[in-house]
Amino acid sequence: MSSAREQAGAVRGTDGDGEVRAKVIPIGTGRGSRRPARGGRAAQRRTEELPDPAVLAEAEPHAEDQPEARAGSRPESRRGPEPVAAPEFAAAPEPGPAPAPEPDVPAEPDGRGVADVVADAVGHALAGPLGGVAQRLLGRGWEERAAGGLGFLRRRITGEYEVDEFGFDAELTDKVLLTAVRPLAEKYFRLEVRGAENLPEKGGALVVANHSGVLPLDALMTQVAIHDHTPTQRHLRMLAADLVFVLPGVNELARKAGHTLACNEDAQRLLELGEIVGVWPEGFKGIGKPFADRYKLQRFGRGGFVSSALRAGVPIVPCSIVGAEEIYPMIGNARTLARLLGLPYVPITPTFPWLGPLGAVPLPTKWTIQFGEPIPTDSYPPEAADDPMLLFNLTDEVRETVQHTLYKLLVQRRSVFF
Amino acid sequence: MLVTGVARHLGSRYVQAIRRQPDVDLVVGVDLQPSAHDLDGTSDPDGLAALAEYLFVRADIRRPAVAGVIARHGVDTVVHLNVSTTALGSTSRSTVKETNVIGTMQLLAAAQKAAGVQRLVVKSTTSVYGSAPRDPAVFSERMQPKVLPSGGFAKDAVEVEGYVRGFARRRPDVAVCVLRFANIVGPHADTPLADYFSLPVLPTVLGYDPRLQFVHEDDAVEVLRLASVEPRRGTTNAGTFNVAGEGVMVLSQAARRLGRPTVPMLLPAVSWMAGMARQTRLLDFSPEQMRLLTHGRVVDTTQLRETFGYHPAYTTEQALADLARSGRPGLLRAEQVAGWTSKVAAQLRVTELPNGGGKRR
Repeated sequence: MSSAREQAGAVRGTDGDGEVRAKVIPIGTGRGSRRPARGGRAAQRRTEELPDPAVLAEAEPHAEDQPEARAGSRPESRRGPEPVAAPEFAAAPEPGPAPAPEPDVPAEPDGRGVADVVADAVGHALAGPLGGVAQRLLGRGWEERAAGGLGFLRRRITGEYEVDEFGFDAELTDKVLLTAVRPLAEKYFRLEVRGAENLPEKGGALVVANHSGVLPLDALMTQVAIHDHTPTQRHLRMLAADLVFVLPGVNELARKAGHTLACNEDAQRLLELGEIVGVWPEGFKGIGKPFADRYKLQRFGRGGFVSSALRAGVPIVPCSIVGAEEIYPMIGNARTLARLLGLPYVPITPTFPWLGPLGAVPLPTKWTIQFGEPIPTDSYPPEAADDPMLLFNLTDEVRETVQHTLYKLLVQRRSVFF
Repeated sequence: MLVTGVARHLGSRYVQAIRRQPDVDLVVGVDLQPSAHDLDGTSDPDGLAALAEYLFVRADIRRPAVAGVIARHGVDTVVHLNVSTTALGSTSRSTVKETNVIGTMQLLAAAQKAAGVQRLVVKSTTSVYGSAPRDPAVFSERMQPKVLPSGGFAKDAVEVEGYVRGFARRRPDVAVCVLRFANIVGPHADTPLADYFSLPVLPTVLGYDPRLQFVHEDDAVEVLRLASVEPRRGTTNAGTFNVAGEGVMVLSQAARRLGRPTVPMLLPAVSWMAGMARQTRLLDFSPEQMRLLTHGRVVDTTQLRETFGYHPAYTTEQALADLARSGRPGLLRAEQVAGWTSKVAAQLRVTELPNGGGKRR
């Protein structure tokens, strides 16, 4: 073992038990004399047979299995430097002399890809000089987190993940999308969630909420709220406007975050699969209404959401969101521009478009999301979904519930911002 | 039994499969040219006795000659596989369209006159549902497309299905089965999507990541075989069925599994490249193919599994894995990429791997 490495280990103070040392030893040392003789095809074949111990350990999804997997592969890694280093041979897309970015990484004359060198360099840098810096910046246990992150990264770049038929990518949503939105919910809007116990732990439900705020931030916040406040970390599957699926980039993210087009077929399919489906039946009328009309519920579409819930026999959970109305106080609507751009509205707020991109920063209002008592629908006969009177009544019931809850929350609210 | 389109890979494989069927005694293959495969089975003389007789007739289904073939051989089952995106030996769009539409009309006219015909199987495609941003996420057989395909193969297929429905009305005694296949992939499948996936670098449309479904060619052949014989107990094989492997993949994910780097480009740029590729005959990359690779399409296969009674042996994922195994390895092979991350990971001094509650599932 190189003394530099030992020192680095001592400085960082992580306890290097035998196993870990065994894992570290092969990398920095012993390269050279035996390698060229055993390189090429032989090494490649061996790599295919004996996966890298780290690969083996990380490929195990269950934590209980990991010690065994690692123990099992340890003899291989003790054999010498080859097993760990061998992927370099197998994985050389373009042979060429590689630069040596780190002094303790010996230059490899035999064909190695640039990416291999970079990977090596990053690993060495983290294990060596940068380790201490990382520890100071990221706190203890950063290596575990980094290893977890690498496992995630590997699954992403090799495509080893699953999407459902709607294109929902649960892993990406959990690890990246929700993580990106969460600070906005928790720190910026200081989101307070009430009545999360009204959401079922499993099985379908239809969450019906008021829509506001020019940009559908309320929908994203509700997704975070439901994910973080249900014990089973449920995902909200939103029904989004068709505009979302026309826009490039947005449609891709929306599909991956589990949203789908607001149509009866999709709503029913999701509800029958036992998902929590979110719907904002006011649509553009709600989200693009002027500031003067804040917290006044608009028409609830044609009640299609109620028939979907009735057909699937799932409860309807009314949801009232306070705080979203004031993030972009819309004092005007550039109708001509909106028509030119094919958008439902182009907002004019006290700051937008006057301050340019700065005007697009939402005001830091204090948010409350209240989930109301679920309205059961399973007591109705199956043909009830075709009874327009019942649909109207149920739609009104939901609408009234949301509206009254909004008023109640507004009375309790001390200030828009606190 | 009459089979059209036997020169193609799927047709050839289907003939090989159906000749092993015990209650089939004669298979007549019709196409413009004989198959490259050994359909006579002469390479295996021992097994020949167990096979049904095979007869190849070089005929153009756009001409009425096919009526004579049906009458001469007393055909009772017509399997129409000659509905495809490309014509053999021709890249002209009008030839393809004629073969698809006029060919189907001629064939159906001949079948309508032949009293002995009891069964009609037509290969169609899920592209009859179109591909548009305002589509529902999952299409079932009863749904109508939101935006009708405006041209190309998808429109041909819509028209073919229209004629087949007309035929079914006029000949209610014939069991008609329309099979809407998702993209067929496999080690040898000669479909435009397979050509696309064999490109070293995959051009994709920036800002779109379509959902795709694949069906393995083995499954395709098996579904066709089941559709052209008497249905098993408790199942029915007359009607319209979506055929796709279970599960869905997005294009970027499929590209990563194949180890092919993607190049996202703006939609007009990709369209222009596709046009160039088509003109230079490097690759048949039709506008509806483009739409598929922009908006994607997913179909519901409940009918196939529950009514038709067939569970595809390959899921979408496995079908793609089979394609990956058989094709040339990509520039970024998955193992290689995984090697980079594990190399970095190996150098971290991880004393204890995080348990399920951590970043890892």
